[in-house]
Amino acid sequence: MPGQRSAVLFAWILLVPALIYVCAIVVYPLLQTINLSFTDASLRRTTDYIGWENYARIFDAEFATIIGRTFLWTFLSVALKMIIGTCGALLLNAALPGRSLFRLMTMPPWIVPMAIGIFMWGWMYNGQFGMISGLLQRFGIVDGPIAFLAYGNTAFWATIVTDVWIGVPMVTMYMLAAVQTVPQDLHEAAWTDGASRLYRIRRITLPMILPAAITMSMISLISTFNSFDPIWILTQGGPSGSTTTMIIDTYSTALGSKRFGEGAARAVVICLFLSAFALLYFRAVTQLSKRMST
Amino acid sequence: MMKKNAMIDRYRWWEVILMYIGIAIFLFFMLAPFIEGFLVSLKPLGLLFSTPYKFFPENASFDAYFTMWDSVPEFGRYIFNSFYISTVITIIVLLLVVPASYAFARINFGGAGPLLGAFLAVNMFSGAVLLIPLFRLMRAYGMLNTYWSMIVPGVAFLIPTAIWLLSAYMRRIPKELDEAAYVDGAGHLYILRRVILPLAMPGITVVAITTFIGAYAQQFIFALTFNSKTEYMPLPIGLYAYFGRQEVIWNELMAASFVGIAPAMILIFALQRYLVAGLTAGAIKQ
Repeated sequence: MPGQRSAVLFAWILLVPALIYVCAIVVYPLLQTINLSFTDASLRRTTDYIGWENYARIFDAEFATIIGRTFLWTFLSVALKMIIGTCGALLLNAALPGRSLFRLMTMPPWIVPMAIGIFMWGWMYNGQFGMISGLLQRFGIVDGPIAFLAYGNTAFWATIVTDVWIGVPMVTMYMLAAVQTVPQDLHEAAWTDGASRLYRIRRITLPMILPAAITMSMISLISTFNSFDPIWILTQGGPSGSTTTMIIDTYSTALGSKRFGEGAARAVVICLFLSAFALLYFRAVTQLSKRMST
Repeated sequence: MMKKNAMIDRYRWWEVILMYIGIAIFLFFMLAPFIEGFLVSLKPLGLLFSTPYKFFPENASFDAYFTMWDSVPEFGRYIFNSFYISTVITIIVLLLVVPASYAFARINFGGAGPLLGAFLAVNMFSGAVLLIPLFRLMRAYGMLNTYWSMIVPGVAFLIPTAIWLLSAYMRRIPKELDEAAYVDGAGHLYILRRVILPLAMPGITVVAITTFIGAYAQQFIFALTFNSKTEYMPLPIGLYAYFGRQEVIWNELMAASFVGIAPAMILIFALQRYLVAGLTAGAIKQ
């Protein structure tokens, strides 16, 4: 191979453009956010350092509620994405006529601009004219129209369902690829021993795809925790804050009411949570790869 | 072998029915908003707000698909903007990511692992967390209310996944090829250009397509926050034009949504085999 010194130099030359770009657009703003979080920055011309005041202000009862709500929302959304996506992957793996068409038909929510899919969900949730309320009434499950986005409880679930809808295609395709890596001989051996299909799914397929499922749920956890578009377009965090997650709260504090300093402090708290998730993720991945290699 | 496979995959009739029911429910969930959106686009505006709810429209017509162009004359521009922004983002990402992936995949250098990890860590932060400093950055460089205000941050958040996918792909190219070229006296740059690049072309295609979709499907928050000029708006923000002062022109909004996404859908379905590869490559078979 070419000289080691020149190789290393060449590697760095190749890396520098991407590195500079990410530093300028992600790392530098991140540091600035931390800096900003100790100021009272707003639309006023003067900005003063105010120490930990922003942090002191956000750790009130309301913020604790928002954190709790964010975790519940994220957990439910990730769990549903994983369950529906894995079921979808198992179904789409079955050797049935039309399989490749069905696989294609799961793609649109992922491909279409998110905002457009969410507009359509917005109409579906409409109490008077939307499909969900309409069909529920038609089948006599509910008496009157339900405006899903008008009540805290239903709006909470409505935003979760829309977020799940956006995330499922990714999970399905990923889990489908994992299902396909399960060695066929295992199935054949079990089949020869008379194991039923459900038994084989439970005892062969599911354990074999567990590592992929863990990786996927961690990736999904981070993107779900950051989920902005579904909530912002459907409810903007309402009604009366019932769908306000940490991201929504940060956005409306910083750019809605233009309290930049306070918004920055909230953003920093989000970053701390995300870093904890990332640590968890890397630990899970390294432990899995250790277990796989031994 | 074939025969055994065929036997193992033979389902009893009730299994087939159950699986088709399962698939039908699953696909209905994935497609319901599009079905509803399409039906709404066929309903005349006056009949749209009629109770009780009717699943299938009465007096269905494609009128909205024609009137939508009059209500929002800039609509064609929004479609173009969406494509333009996504295309420029994809080009910049590839220019940055192809060399970087080569370095990660084919050269042994100290700190490669942590550095790749640092790139991936960018994926954790959504644009929403960094909006305030990004806003100031855009303002400082005069990029607010230009295409660049959507392109520049868009690129940054698509780099990590692209590097991850492409370096995983490049790692699978046999090491013997570079070694043979080196023995013949080729330098690094020559090996990159003449040996690795041609072999990595399928991987680069996959990364280009997934990056384009990422740029196309996720253009909302930067466009919402950094640009207020109608002529630069991408499709998702442009659709807000149908939210009139008094009421939303729902049937035209839905018609416009379908017209707006049609070009991308056709393109993407034509390229779908790369798409599946992109979603799964590098992730499972490392």
